[in-house]
Amino acid sequence: MPNSRIKVPESAAAGESIEIRAMIMHPMENGFNFDSQGTTIPVHIITDFVCTYDGAEIVRVQLQPGLSANPYFSFYLTATRSGAVDFKWTDQDGTVTTNSAQLQVT
Amino acid sequence: MTDRAAPELRDGAGLDGRRNLSRRSAMLGIGGGVLLSMVALPGIAGDEDTAAAIKQLYGNREPTAGRLSLQLPALAESGNSVPLTLTVDSPMTATDRVLRASVFANRNPRPLIATVLFGPKYGTPTFGTNIRLSGTQDVIAVAEMSDHSLWSAQVRVLVTVGACDALQLRY
Repeated sequence: MPNSRIKVPESAAAGESIEIRAMIMHPMENGFNFDSQGTTIPVHIITDFVCTYDGAEIVRVQLQPGLSANPYFSFYLTATRSGAVDFKWTDQDGTVTTNSAQLQVT
Repeated sequence: MTDRAAPELRDGAGLDGRRNLSRRSAMLGIGGGVLLSMVALPGIAGDEDTAAAIKQLYGNREPTAGRLSLQLPALAESGNSVPLTLTVDSPMTATDRVLRASVFANRNPRPLIATVLFGPKYGTPTFGTNIRLSGTQDVIAVAEMSDHSLWSAQVRVLVTVGACDALQLRY
């Protein structure tokens, strides 16, 4: 399971828009690179990223090989109530990577 | 008949050689141009491919320029990772918000870079990521609002070393 990094503020005021940052370590092979033997490395990417909070999807990204290696996303959510912010990355081979953080809403 | 006779009248002994030479050089020029374009073209999408990719995702509607902005560096030294920030001009209320947005690069081998679906609890309508660019080109963003109107933005980025060709040249 690839290593992932997330950044969620520990606390937020209700109704506040807070920045969330998420990144996963992944080569995102675009199919145009070659290995040391000169053979093409096939496409190997993360295809889907979802962030869920308070029972609803905040953002869903459908990734293509045009995104950089170690895909990074910065987005904003509206804080409504204390709870978990869940992150899920789906690889094209079906591998699912999850990460989670607690958000305290005051 | 007169049309066919006219060139024969112009064919002088001295003129013939000169005309053949110019025709040959013209053919060489055309051949060279075709060869060059054949070398340069593979793996590079055109505007039609980008338009087709937009059409595939958003249907036959034509996006209007405005209501969203793209922040990209004017000059990117490496196309492997170009920071992109997409900002949509939307109040983000339950009835008036942005539903989805896509980013396209019109000279990448695959024009579509990513599609972002915005949920109802999304905050400030700003989204940031890093993209790959194969060379100097236009980056196009298309966004669909909750009233199903389409808006677009376009930014030119100069890329010194592209993301796709750098490794191919090494081997």
